[in-house]
Amino acid sequence: MEKVGSEQSKPNLPLWLLAEVSYKCPLHCVYCYNPVEYATYGQELSTGDWLRVLRQGRELGASQLGFSGGEPLMRPDLEILIAEARKLGYYSNLITSGVGLDEKRIAAFKAGGLDHIQVSFQDSTREINDFLSSARTFDLKQKVARLVKKYDYPMVLNVVLHRLNIDHVAQILQMAEQLEAEYVELANTQYYGWAYLNRDRILPSREQLLRAEEMTNEFRARAGNRMKIYFVVPDLYETRPKPCMSGWGSLFLAVTADGVALPCHSARMLPGLTFPSVRDHDIRWIWHESPAFNAYRGDAWMKEPCRSCTEKAKDYGGCRCQAYLMTGDAANADPVCDKSPFHGFVTDAVERARGVREGAAPEPVLYFRDDENSLSLSGGTKQPSA
Amino acid sequence: MPLNDDVIFEIAHHYRFQWEPAQEAHVLLYPEGMVKLPGSSGEILKRVNGTASVGEIVADLERAFPGYDLRGDVIEFLETAHGKGWIRAKQA
Repeated sequence: MEKVGSEQSKPNLPLWLLAEVSYKCPLHCVYCYNPVEYATYGQELSTGDWLRVLRQGRELGASQLGFSGGEPLMRPDLEILIAEARKLGYYSNLITSGVGLDEKRIAAFKAGGLDHIQVSFQDSTREINDFLSSARTFDLKQKVARLVKKYDYPMVLNVVLHRLNIDHVAQILQMAEQLEAEYVELANTQYYGWAYLNRDRILPSREQLLRAEEMTNEFRARAGNRMKIYFVVPDLYETRPKPCMSGWGSLFLAVTADGVALPCHSARMLPGLTFPSVRDHDIRWIWHESPAFNAYRGDAWMKEPCRSCTEKAKDYGGCRCQAYLMTGDAANADPVCDKSPFHGFVTDAVERARGVREGAAPEPVLYFRDDENSLSLSGGTKQPSA
Repeated sequence: MPLNDDVIFEIAHHYRFQWEPAQEAHVLLYPEGMVKLPGSSGEILKRVNGTASVGEIVADLERAFPGYDLRGDVIEFLETAHGKGWIRAKQA
């Protein structure tokens, strides 16, 4: 996206507003990026709160709006929010598992002006190892795909890949073809939240990755242009970091179910920052003035090797959350970068996952994302609200 | 193929063309993305409405911006926009 004119000192606008309208979810994915502590967070925003957030975001210049979660369909007022989003001039995207989508709801979404739907593909049960053979999964996705097409949306499937399903990419693509998907995103897990907790169990090997890419290419060669397939590699196998969020506080603003404003999906766990609540502040103040959104804006916060790096304007030092999770300091270079003195933590993580996979180390517990695990892993206490 | 004056274009499916006050520019919005269309590109796409032909768009622009020969620029932009999938030719 374009920078705002020549006013170098002014931050860009939050073009992308992500509304994580509910942390409730009928699924229990082990790779969920939601915070592990989600069940300890406070009350969800009211309809009125969300309408205010949408209005303020739009006034500030947001044009893309995502409804996500948790499962956004868990909000019975989603129809109201979608209709308001259209009135305000957003291009709105619904990011859903499809669980809970029926004809009545999708008809209301369409009438209200929802622009786009992305369906994520995973099982609604805990049997991840055989989710591909589960008839229930396929029936559900087929029903959702039919509805999506009937209401004239492109069928966009998102599949999160990890060690336990990546060997079945060919089968996944076949299934996507049967569902007449037009776009398929094979997105390798990013290791935050529950995925970080479960990393030693779910990080695929380099060999698995290469095989999956091969299978994808073979499928592309066979299926041609009917289905567009994107393959996203996990950054732990890279030597340069991803340009996370195109930079902190650069064009992305997320609001969580309980009203906390964040410059990325995962930033809430970073220590030392107080993320403002939309209950207490308006979006304009949050974006431009709040200390949290300014903390890693630009490059004045950078340490070496980023500070003097010729690539700092390209990748912004990578991901603050990954830097914190793996090195203990969010201002360090993302350790994915092999210029980072901590890059060894990344290669160690890959090695540790290999040890588990090959039986050389005991299998750690696999934590499913659910309220019970969330409460017990976070001590069961309510966090003070931001 | 060279553009015929009689061709009628419309904004492609799943794209939305609108004025963005915060950008002070016309934009095209599509799933998870945006193209900014400053100045003349916005003026041209504003006239792509599913009823005006290429010839009519050129004439209308030359009325709005008198003294300029705009045909070449307009045709070139429409061809680019068509190539990128932003607009599509309406079936007669």
